Amino acid sequence: MFLIECPWCGLRDETEFSCAGEAHIARPLETEKLSDEEWADYLFMRSNPKGAHREQWLHAAGCRRYFNAERDTVTYKISTTYKIGETPPSEGKK
Amino acid sequence: MSKYSIFSLVRNAISYHENWAAAWRSPEPKQEYDALIIGGGGHGLATAYYLAKEHGMTNIAVLEKGWIGGGNTGRNTTIVRSNYLWDESAHLYEKSMQLWEGLSQDLNYNVMFSQRGVYNLGHNLQDMRDIQRRVNANRLNGIDGHVVTPEQIKRAIPEINIDQGCRYPILGASFQPRGGVARHDAVAWGFARGADKYGVDIIQNCEVTAIRQENGAVTGVETTRGRIDAKKIGVVVAGHCSVLAEMAGFRMPIESHPLQALVSEPIKPIINTVIMSNAVHGYISQSDKGDLVIGAGIDSYNGYGQRGSFPTIEHTVAAICEMFPIFKRVRMNRQWGGIVDTAPDACPIIGNTPVKGLYFNCGWGTGGFKATPGSGWVFAHNVATGEPHELNRPFSLDRFVTGFLIDEHGAAGVAH
Repeated sequence: MFLIECPWCGLRDETEFSCAGEAHIARPLETEKLSDEEWADYLFMRSNPKGAHREQWLHAAGCRRYFNAERDTVTYKISTTYKIGETPPSEGKK
Repeated sequence: MSKYSIFSLVRNAISYHENWAAAWRSPEPKQEYDALIIGGGGHGLATAYYLAKEHGMTNIAVLEKGWIGGGNTGRNTTIVRSNYLWDESAHLYEKSMQLWEGLSQDLNYNVMFSQRGVYNLGHNLQDMRDIQRRVNANRLNGIDGHVVTPEQIKRAIPEINIDQGCRYPILGASFQPRGGVARHDAVAWGFARGADKYGVDIIQNCEVTAIRQENGAVTGVETTRGRIDAKKIGVVVAGHCSVLAEMAGFRMPIESHPLQALVSEPIKPIINTVIMSNAVHGYISQSDKGDLVIGAGIDSYNGYGQRGSFPTIEHTVAAICEMFPIFKRVRMNRQWGGIVDTAPDACPIIGNTPVKGLYFNCGWGTGGFKATPGSGWVFAHNVATGEPHELNRPFSLDRFVTGFLIDEHGAAGVAH
């Protein structure tokens, strides 16, 4: 069983959360100029890495707010969670 | 290689079954092949078998990083059916069903294909409308199926709970009589033996670490057992397809999730069919050994860990207990997880890629086992000719650019 740290509520049980997929996919701004390939890349293509993955989680049965997490997709260990709009902590160290 | 028959059984019984020949060789990899298949699961081995049998390509190899059939082929609930909604997928899965029906004879290997029927339950009015629509679509495509009432279900499966007062009452079901189950390991072993008979090299413990290309075309792979050259490479690696795509330099619309299943202790025969429920996320059948085989939903997060989370098991077991109160005291024996490659439209991606000579067959998500022979059959055509077969043309990678998606979330057994 996971314990997930919501940046607002602290450590909670994994059943309170739902995963909302890859994080940091920015919606293109000038959508009317986008080609079909660029739309496909934004809508459907995913990095799906084996290893460190940044993803969005929703604290569905808690504060109902989204946040980001960095999690390893093999060990499932969550290394860090941070609020939407913040720089991933591991990026700041570099 | 000797043919399996009643005579070979008698001959080997006389020598106390000590002289059976190995079902396939374990050769050293050659420097070069006409084609390579990466991934020695059911789909990869079927591809190799049909490449050799239908297209005469026998100088080929299957590269498997672990042991054959050790991934999702050995980690599923073995359900076979073809009752998909849209024409494109109905034709593909029905081709597979027809291959299943002659597979044991074709392979000279008993894959224990048992057409015991598959029920897909409906628990609310919208479920029933969808079921009726799907059955009608199936029948127009020549696929068997009919809608059954709770009373008819109860007559066929006396243990089921059709009480209308519970949280998810059973309002009816679709029934495909030709659906059923097959022995998953035997499918991998049968295809491996069949491919080996034609001279295909099956190379286990050989992990691909890089895909080599020149001028936009593949030239071979680097593996943990050295470099192997080939002008044609078919990638059939399910959950790891994004990893292989990254090696080749493009992205896939795939997310890999853990999907798990569990079996109970063996009990006396009690269920002689397959019962699936999309709405409450549980499906169940009984193996020939007697254990109840129960399938769960996927975990919502991406994962390559080949194990599922406990809340998902709890959810599934709760559904099974409501459908079959008699199973409340059955103890569970084993649990396992596979990595399924889910696509945005719950349909596979089979065909050419941006790299010449490199073909992908992936995205089968939660329901690839039923398609094993058909998937291998169409993919062999694609690899041999370089062009998709009519059956897999709609399942190309560029459907995500054109927008021609095939939405099978309703007919796929597990919600993605």
